[in-house]
Amino acid sequence: MDDAYDSSGHAPKHDVMGLPIYFGVFLALIVLTFLTVLVSRYDLGLLNTPIALGIAVVKAALVVLFFMHVIHSSRLTWVVIISSFLWLGVLFVLTLADYLTRGWLLY
Amino acid sequence: MQVLEPMTAIDPTHDHPHHPFLQHHFEDMAQQHEASTLGMWMFLATEILFFGGLFVSYTVYRIMYYPAFSAAAHHQNWMIGATNTAVLIGSSLTMALAVWAAQTNRRKATVLMLILTLILGGVFLGVKTYEYSVHYHEGLFPGQHFTYVDEHNPAVTKGVELFMVFYFSMTGLHALHMIIGAGLLIWMIARAYRGDFGSEYYGPVEVMGLYWHFVDIVWIFLFPLLYLLH
Repeated sequence: MDDAYDSSGHAPKHDVMGLPIYFGVFLALIVLTFLTVLVSRYDLGLLNTPIALGIAVVKAALVVLFFMHVIHSSRLTWVVIISSFLWLGVLFVLTLADYLTRGWLLY
Repeated sequence: MQVLEPMTAIDPTHDHPHHPFLQHHFEDMAQQHEASTLGMWMFLATEILFFGGLFVSYTVYRIMYYPAFSAAAHHQNWMIGATNTAVLIGSSLTMALAVWAAQTNRRKATVLMLILTLILGGVFLGVKTYEYSVHYHEGLFPGQHFTYVDEHNPAVTKGVELFMVFYFSMTGLHALHMIIGAGLLIWMIARAYRGDFGSEYYGPVEVMGLYWHFVDIVWIFLFPLLYLLH
């Protein structure tokens, strides 16, 4: 994370990422897709969902950091991204705190 | 009453020519670029919550109708889903390469990569259309056309219909985003062909890329949730 915006310059002060990074990320995404399909062929019980979603999170992080250049984005952009996931977390936690605990009243 | 002076005064600090695409309310190209990507991320934050509503309700109903959702996901053709995932990841690569080509003043490569992105997006939508028609003929479209009965466990059939409501609304909203993205790509191809973009000014391609990659990320989560978890 570095400051992309430099008020003294006139052109965007962006590091141009090298082509090997893009092809490397693409390869990693394809491998992870194969992996998630392969893992889904086996029944791992309670681990099925965490593994599938864990792989999806890694894939999403690769896309965000490299394809979307967030690794070189300004801190302000990071604040927007992190807070959007924070709100998503609020949506999930509060909703599930309701639905997952309704049955508890019966006991 | 104050008479407004005509805008003839010239700022003495601005003695150099401006980039033709620098909007007057920005100091320089760097500030303009930063503002456009930041604004796009703010829009994507609202998009994350827009799709988030569907993801959270999917989670709630998956917990409530677990056997039905498992049976329905099992019925999906994961090979088609995996193929489409690879196609979309490929289109994200070509989109990233289009931004790279614009950054490095490669006009032809920018146009070519944007066209490839459009083609791969079209392949994805074509495969999706085929999938939808298969579901429809199997009687899996929710509502009065729903005639599907789960052969292993007929008791879960109503839950399967609920799963298909989520399947069609989530993939449908995703496909709508891709159709909008395809329209934006055509616009970007025309601008890139005209030679608008270069190392000084590539904000629109970058912002287009942010949108396209976001749509890719939504699919990265939809694929395991709708095809693999059973």
